[in-house]
Amino acid sequence: MEPMGKVLVINYEKCTGCRLCELVCAVMHDGISNPIRSRIRVMKWESEGLYIPMSCLQCQDAPCMNVCPVKAISRDEDLGRVVVDYDVCIGCRSCVAVCPFGAMSFNTIDRKVFKCDLCDGDPQCVRFCEVKAIEYVDADDVSILKKKSAAEKISIAGKEAAVLQASM
Amino acid sequence: MPLNRKIAYIDLTTGDIQTKPIPLDVRKKFLGGRGLDVYLLYNHTEKGCDPLGPKNTLMISGGILTATCASATARTHVMAKSPLTGLLGSANMGGFFAPELAWAGFHHLVIKGKAKHPVYIYIHNGEIEIRDAREVWGKTVTESQWAIREDLGDQEVKCLVCGPAGENLVRFANVMSGIKNSGGRTGMGCVMGSKNLKAVAARGTMDIKIARPKEALEYNKRFIDQIVSAKVNQTQGALGTPFIWGATNSWGGIRCRNFQYNQCEYADDIEPERIDEICEETMGPYHMTGCFGCQVHCRAQYKIPEGPYAGVYDEGPEYTSQGAFGGETDTPRAVTVLTGNHLVDKFGMDNLETGSLISWAMELYELGIITSKETDGIDLRFGNDDAVIEMIERICYRKGWLGDTLADGGIAASEKIGKNSFDYLIQVKGMSNLHSDERATPGLALNIATGARGSDHLRSRPAIDLYHLPEEVLRKIYGNPVPYDGPLSSEHTEYIGKPWQVFWQENCYMGVDCLGICKYHTTFLGATLPNFEDWAKVLLYNTGLEMTPEEIWDVAVRCNMIERLFNLREGLTRDDLKKGDMLNHRYFDEPCRRGAIDVVGKKIDKKKFIQMIDEFYEHKGLDKTGVPKPETLKKLGLDKEPSHLV
Repeated sequence: MEPMGKVLVINYEKCTGCRLCELVCAVMHDGISNPIRSRIRVMKWESEGLYIPMSCLQCQDAPCMNVCPVKAISRDEDLGRVVVDYDVCIGCRSCVAVCPFGAMSFNTIDRKVFKCDLCDGDPQCVRFCEVKAIEYVDADDVSILKKKSAAEKISIAGKEAAVLQASM
Repeated sequence: MPLNRKIAYIDLTTGDIQTKPIPLDVRKKFLGGRGLDVYLLYNHTEKGCDPLGPKNTLMISGGILTATCASATARTHVMAKSPLTGLLGSANMGGFFAPELAWAGFHHLVIKGKAKHPVYIYIHNGEIEIRDAREVWGKTVTESQWAIREDLGDQEVKCLVCGPAGENLVRFANVMSGIKNSGGRTGMGCVMGSKNLKAVAARGTMDIKIARPKEALEYNKRFIDQIVSAKVNQTQGALGTPFIWGATNSWGGIRCRNFQYNQCEYADDIEPERIDEICEETMGPYHMTGCFGCQVHCRAQYKIPEGPYAGVYDEGPEYTSQGAFGGETDTPRAVTVLTGNHLVDKFGMDNLETGSLISWAMELYELGIITSKETDGIDLRFGNDDAVIEMIERICYRKGWLGDTLADGGIAASEKIGKNSFDYLIQVKGMSNLHSDERATPGLALNIATGARGSDHLRSRPAIDLYHLPEEVLRKIYGNPVPYDGPLSSEHTEYIGKPWQVFWQENCYMGVDCLGICKYHTTFLGATLPNFEDWAKVLLYNTGLEMTPEEIWDVAVRCNMIERLFNLREGLTRDDLKKGDMLNHRYFDEPCRRGAIDVVGKKIDKKKFIQMIDEFYEHKGLDKTGVPKPETLKKLGLDKEPSHLV
């Protein structure tokens, strides 16, 4: 029961752009170091110092799942993930085309689609990211954290407004 | 397999390209990176060749662990005969280039000849192509890289480029990659410029099979935990390398006003905390970035807060820029350091050499050795921020008499300026000293005097000497992987045992450079960080190559010896002030005037210094003149060099 409802949360502001997540993902799954085998990829705008890791969001109403003509893609509710059944998959790449996040990839060496499988509940990208740009948390906690950070902003704005009013 | 990565031999004159595998026995002797590069340099350059001529050979490489899942193995190494010193040229940089080169199929490039017009080399999944770079020539460091990506239609391409400084044959031009990864020191960008080689672009998607993936991952995790638990790396990760400058300045180990003082006063505006504030103000709370696969993330991101370059994005500044454009020139203002740092990144020029030469010219100006006639009216006094910024641009574009003169490097400039200008030039083997002052630290003085590429903190500095570690701790570090039972002292102002520490560090740093690991991940600033024993395991798990810690040590000793052989072949003699293991007289004659109580009044005792050199030579197996003894060469398997194995 424990991992149910857990999700990967990416806080791109914290990402240093080191791409260690790509290496460990590829080595963990394939025993091979090669970023094109990684389920997570860091998109970079180098001249702005902006780095955004992109991975599968394990959608509830997953376009990849809906589009698959042979129903090879399904939801695994235990781990809250979307999985590919390679015994059924015909490699048509419809899922690659339809994913709005580019999270479904096609491995040109093994000729197979692939996506994040949350490392069966112990995501290596999370384990190796010391700056915690990627975390694996309960879905409930995600919105609580967001609520708190938004509330903080409101509180600061309120204080600033009070100071402004007082000085007028 | 990492071990199936190849060497490519590229002749820019004829366009001939050959690729060869790297035999296992060559790997076992030299591993890769700097170690194999120096072997290639010794074998593929002729004695006395013109560093700017087609016969000079440029080596570009990644370490043997590059692009594996071993932590922080992103270092790129570049080597050639130096146009600055006429001796060993070598530069090592972080970033993302070397792994991309490895995924494109290569660990080593050997580039000869000279192209008829500007070209760049494109390496893609085992294929190598020489392409027209006439449209790219003249562009700055980042502009060049974005233009090449456009040309190839691939935003994932990683480039090594020379900037305008390299094109203008500034003798200390850098090889650059990304925003600010700098293969600085000894002018490797100048060698690129001399070959009409604007860039090397790599893009690769070839598999690198990890020998024992599970163990490699688990060991990497252990490695990272060890690295990020070190206080020094936590501070690096928060404040970046500026913290080193701040800490060193506090006790008086920083050059100020060329070499007049050993501490920069009124430096609040460039203290690490202040620099960090600016980074936070301009880039937000998370403003640190890192090289491939590294969890130290020691590099800050910033925008220049004010002045003519206000709002421009760059990375750093490293402690070297604080030293070069703040301390040495006595212009401790953040905007000057940040702007200076940006300009050298944009031009592709060595910040250490640039700042050092400007501060030397400032001292000459104040002494009347050069006048406003030579400076085109620039008031080149210490503390003149505008003059520092102006001179950086003048050096890059060789503008004016002084800009053009300084662009040829210190020794050539001193010969042109004449009088007693050379006496004030703080250099070893023709390479300017970095921003540090070693008069109170004999171990560090020995390190810069004997460094193979010149006055250098990254090739043999026993930096942990400053921590006053208990002797038993020192014994544990310096007694492995080969035994040492000679004297050691915890006191950084002492002369005892320092030669062994410098010798040990020289081999430690050669080790990481062969493997391709960053020095912040070994016994450089952190006494508890991994070295030989851990490397043996990392090497085995990632590459399958089985070597003992002692064997890795032997590789390091061997490769350092080839560096020595190269320098000797190019004219190194022990006491030569321009080409030897000797310090400027000011180290022996002028005592420190500022700093901590055990630093004030200190200078290097020449007699003891010479004894240290003798002892250092003994550890290395050299005779009294600094030449390797025949039995040393035989023991290291170097008695038949050049042996042309690859």
